[in-house]
Amino acid sequence: MSFLSMTRNIAENLFKGPSTRRYPKEKREYGLKSRGMIGIDIEACIFCGLCSRRCPTGALTVRKDQKEWEIDRLRCVFCGYCVEVCPKKCLAMANHYSPCVTERAAAVHLERQALRDAADAPAEGKE
Amino acid sequence: MSQRNVIPFGPQHPVLPEPIHLDLVTEDETVIEAIPSIGFVHRGLEKLVEKKDYQDFVYVAERICGICSFMHGMTYCQAVEEIMEIAVPERALYLRTVWAELSRIHSHLMWLGLAADAFGFESLFMNCWRLREGILDIIEATTGGRVIFGSCKIGGVRRDIDDETMKGIVEKLGTIGAEIGRTTDVFLNDYSVQHRLKGIGVLSGEEAHALGTVGPVLRASGVAMDARKIDYAAYRNLKFEPVVEKAGDCHARCRVRVREIFQSVDLIGQAARKMPGGEIFVKVTGAPNGEFFSRVEQPRGEVIYYVKANGTKNLQRFRVRTPTFANLPAMVKMLEGASIADVPNIILTIDPCISCVER
Amino acid sequence: MTEEQTTITMEKDELLGAVSDFHSQGYRLAQICCTALGDTIEINYSFDKEYRFKNLRLSIRPDEEIQSISIIYWSAFTYENEMSELFGVKIRNIVVDYKGHFYRTAVATPFVAPEPDAGNATEKE
Ligand code: SF4
Ligand code: SF4
Repeated sequence: MSFLSMTRNIAENLFKGPSTRRYPKEKREYGLKSRGMIGIDIEACIFCGLCSRRCPTGALTVRKDQKEWEIDRLRCVFCGYCVEVCPKKCLAMANHYSPCVTERAAAVHLERQALRDAADAPAEGKE
Repeated sequence: MSQRNVIPFGPQHPVLPEPIHLDLVTEDETVIEAIPSIGFVHRGLEKLVEKKDYQDFVYVAERICGICSFMHGMTYCQAVEEIMEIAVPERALYLRTVWAELSRIHSHLMWLGLAADAFGFESLFMNCWRLREGILDIIEATTGGRVIFGSCKIGGVRRDIDDETMKGIVEKLGTIGAEIGRTTDVFLNDYSVQHRLKGIGVLSGEEAHALGTVGPVLRASGVAMDARKIDYAAYRNLKFEPVVEKAGDCHARCRVRVREIFQSVDLIGQAARKMPGGEIFVKVTGAPNGEFFSRVEQPRGEVIYYVKANGTKNLQRFRVRTPTFANLPAMVKMLEGASIADVPNIILTIDPCISCVER
Repeated sequence: MTEEQTTITMEKDELLGAVSDFHSQGYRLAQICCTALGDTIEINYSFDKEYRFKNLRLSIRPDEEIQSISIIYWSAFTYENEMSELFGVKIRNIVVDYKGHFYRTAVATPFVAPEPDAGNATEKE
């Protein structure tokens, strides 16, 4: 039985400085494998809809006729299942998070494929 | 002589991270009876299985608990694999074991912290959580998530750990292990900790067995029951003995968990040495037809998954008996006769995970 | 197969006898669960002793009443209250009978009730 079992700890802490990070100044480095945000290479997508059917939370919507792929970032749970099932491997998991939003609707992100047949294809539509 | 009072305890209470309500019938400072009631956050996940594809359901199963998430996913996968008679590659089994043991370490560290918080030792609490962060970093580096691993799938695992990383993990666990040792010494030897925990909430071996108790609570009462001995995953190839303590009080439960941390470090070392190469998953097609009770030793004790399938993509029944659910009766029994001041400690030593209970 | 699991089917009246057999042999009550299969309800009582897993199975009609085993295994009260609240199984003589107040549910017996319109988990907003 001991009384001063934390003494060493106290002494160490006096010299070691904090274990926490001074957040806004000091950003955290995410590991390469961190699951943070789903991104899409919309030009490679064939709008098969497999990702949206498999997504466990129903975060994805694929509209084949409009060539649109939409994700509700607040519904997504970063499981990575869509990345795994995509036949064209056009989805990717980034290791950083999507920006904060203050209302739900702002978290819905839409990607539209430029129409292939139009010669003067407009820049990729984003909302 | 004295009057009986009913003291409501929870669902919001400083020591309770999660909502459970207890009506404590007291006489002076002594608890005569405790009546638990739950259901504040029940999510009905067992019912959800009727709508989800059985392969996608792994993700739901994982989210039953935020601490032993990997083991939930793994138990579910084991149940389905057993029904479909899938031979999971050896390497996948070892990887599952490594991740499961990492979960156990971080869960026990978290628990030690919460327990320290419950008896008012704030600095010890922070120290435990600081150490836990090191384990979470390893988990994030290998799976991509801090608590939700998303790494188990029916037929194997989704991610591999290469040998280089594996070596790094074992090394890192060595250094963290030494630090953990210094912190857990406080739990084992400190006078004030012992003063708060020794002789409190005693549960004898017979009682614990009769009450269907599982996990560290059962082992702290001298019963050597550890579901890992059922030989799932790679445990059949690893050498370990269930950690047993005799006293059955709060301090014994604490000691069991402390010793299990080091057991897990050792198991990861063994698994890393023996890990075979090869595939990490097999492709699974078709749908399960049959039933199985899958059992896994989680940090809180044995979990039982009952899966019943009828050959369609949606399972017929999915039932989870979480360890905390099995430990509730024991908690009620331990509270009887305890002093009000010890109630938080006793509740905490069963390591209640209410969100698990309310799957 | 990681482990042998035996299942013994039995009748309603044999329940208490069979359970006390397990009790006297030193088995631990591992779990009780029930499955709604249309017009029958299947109840599994699982026991474990030294990692041997045994299962007692009972099939009843939804309106049938069964005996509580909580006089033999006290800890069965949590499972039995759960069954009666989520599945509406009628159980007689539970030692701690919550009479519907163990869980707080919006609808009675949600696991056998027809799907309610609102409040299901997969629905959008
Ligand atoms: S699965 Fe891939 S190719 Fe198919 S719709 Fe989704 S992103 Fe496009
Ligand atoms: S990561 Fe998972 S939750 Fe997120 S969009 Fe993909 S499948 Fe859906």
